[in-house]
Amino acid sequence: MIPRHLVISVAAMLVLVVTMGIYARHMRRQARELEPPANNTLPVAPPASGPTETVTLYVADDASGALRRQSAQIPLPSGRQQRGEELLRALLRIYQEPGTAHPLSAASDIRSIYLVESGAAVIDVNAAFADEHRSGILAEQLTVNSLVETLAANVQGIQRVRILVDGKARDTLAGHADLSNWFDVTTMEQTGN
Amino acid sequence: MSSIPKKTSALLLGIVTLVFAATLSGAPPAEQKQLSVYAPVATYTLPVVERSGREYVGLLELLEPLGRVSSQASGVHWSIRYNAVDGAFVAGKTRAKIHGRDIDLGAAFLIENSRGFVPLTSIGNLLPRFLGTTVDFHLAGRRLLVGDVGIQPSFQIESGPPPRLVLNFTAPVNPTISTEPGRVRMAFKRDPVVNPGSQAISFTDKVITQASYSENNGTAEIDVIASSPLLATFSNGGKTITLSAAPGSTNNGSSNAAPGVASTATANSGQGKAPSAAPSNAAPVIRRPLVFVDPAHGGDERGAALSDTLAEKDVTLGFARLLRHELDLRGFGVQLSREGDNSVSLDQRAGMANSGQAVLYIGLHAGSQGSGARVYTAMLPREGASKGAFRAWNAAQEPALPESGAVAAAIVAELQRRKMSARGSSASLRPLNNAIMPAVAVELAPGPNGVADLSSATYQQQVAAAIADAVASVRDGLGVQR
Repeated sequence: MIPRHLVISVAAMLVLVVTMGIYARHMRRQARELEPPANNTLPVAPPASGPTETVTLYVADDASGALRRQSAQIPLPSGRQQRGEELLRALLRIYQEPGTAHPLSAASDIRSIYLVESGAAVIDVNAAFADEHRSGILAEQLTVNSLVETLAANVQGIQRVRILVDGKARDTLAGHADLSNWFDVTTMEQTGN
Repeated sequence: MSSIPKKTSALLLGIVTLVFAATLSGAPPAEQKQLSVYAPVATYTLPVVERSGREYVGLLELLEPLGRVSSQASGVHWSIRYNAVDGAFVAGKTRAKIHGRDIDLGAAFLIENSRGFVPLTSIGNLLPRFLGTTVDFHLAGRRLLVGDVGIQPSFQIESGPPPRLVLNFTAPVNPTISTEPGRVRMAFKRDPVVNPGSQAISFTDKVITQASYSENNGTAEIDVIASSPLLATFSNGGKTITLSAAPGSTNNGSSNAAPGVASTATANSGQGKAPSAAPSNAAPVIRRPLVFVDPAHGGDERGAALSDTLAEKDVTLGFARLLRHELDLRGFGVQLSREGDNSVSLDQRAGMANSGQAVLYIGLHAGSQGSGARVYTAMLPREGASKGAFRAWNAAQEPALPESGAVAAAIVAELQRRKMSARGSSASLRPLNNAIMPAVAVELAPGPNGVADLSSATYQQQVAAAIADAVASVRDGLGVQR
């Protein structure tokens, strides 16, 4: 026969284990609610400080399938590369607003812009920019044209542009628009959307 | 006995080789076997392949334009779902299961590159199980009529003068009319014309003596035998064709004129429109110009997700088959970059188009934004100059870009003429820039019923017919002889 005190001890331990399990589950749920979304990589602070400037943005419109020129007042730093980055981030913010005419993922961002040689610029977008981009010739080409034409219109001397994704060459943006070559700014302005 | 000098014999050998090569290259290619399908929602053709002396057709390709269809291959097992009907097949087996019931195929089922092929002889029994409707399958003529789509012809001879043969059809028709000495031949490829009840009908008239009906390789033909040249006219909204003796060619029923007809190849394009009156006794043999049609994506590369269940790769393939049929009707040969759900690289697509000596490349895409269709030409990247005969691969399209623009403009204009939304633009889209011939890409967008239209064979066929008409209108610009 099992001694009485042993039965009481085992029962008490079982109650303790169950209680701790319920408490641990409650704590885990609370911690999950407090965690920020993993894919939210947008900067939390204003992007740049300094005097505001009037810039020309080429904003894509899915309904008309074309770009429309839009003036905007944004603060821009003095360096050419930083100017380009802030310029395109301002463009992205338009596409990330509710009800935009050309939606892009909220996680899309410009990692860097490199002015590599005379007249050449490289736009490096983050992985989410391409991974979460809508697939289709129209949607992809409008995004490419919007980035390239906005950059070329506001940073003097840019004649050709290459787009990298997360620092690497990529065949297409989302299955259609070819990113493996340099975009000629003049050709795009003459024949683009 | 004198011997031929070495130089002379070498020369003779060279001439014989050249003549032989020229004969081979000039020989018309053997006609590809095909099945014509006529259904209320779509009219299309499919290639028929021969395996072990039997004719086969792809089952997915056969059902795809008629409804929602998907297939899956797993080893020797191949399954297909058409709307809510499931079919299970096993490679090498003659029996299959459709909607839980056994069916005898009459010959072994085949799987090639994940595509399932059924014997042509079985589709008369097979299709009603999937479609839930009757089909009229003409095995010898390779014509399949789904539902009650048949167009019945009737003949009425009027002695004249001039003598006339009036052909009345139960629906408008659009045949290709060609001529041979002593006969008019009307080929009905896109019209489900059926047997008038008798293979041959004799008339008591001395000029128009006989009419006969036949079917061959997906086309129905009506031949009219006459001792004088005939003129063909269309009336009654395309439901009536009247063949009458050309003025001055008859003399009280007997004629000294060379037997034949006064019309060359033509088609019905409106009421009362008469064909050319230039006499012709023999149709010249002209090689069909080749159009390379490239349904984008395929295999693991699904393209855009047009809806929860609809992938771009499936829409482009069905659309390509309909476009092939429409181009075929307008006298073009068509090569598809893929016949099934397999992946083909962009370089392979460009290579196939360039090496096949196509006169035009048409890439097909589908998107869920906007409406109608968008037509693109290549936005060429900045490339180094071509070196001599060698062209820069990424800018190989450059010399043909003006012609590409003309084709794109013609397609946009034709779509707009048919009250469909369309616009032209340029895109950095491979393999447009790698094609050495005129090249365009068409992105099919939703129709009046939204995204659902993208998989509608009726909607796709409207767009395909517009593209084909536009291509036919610019064939001179493609360097194609009429």
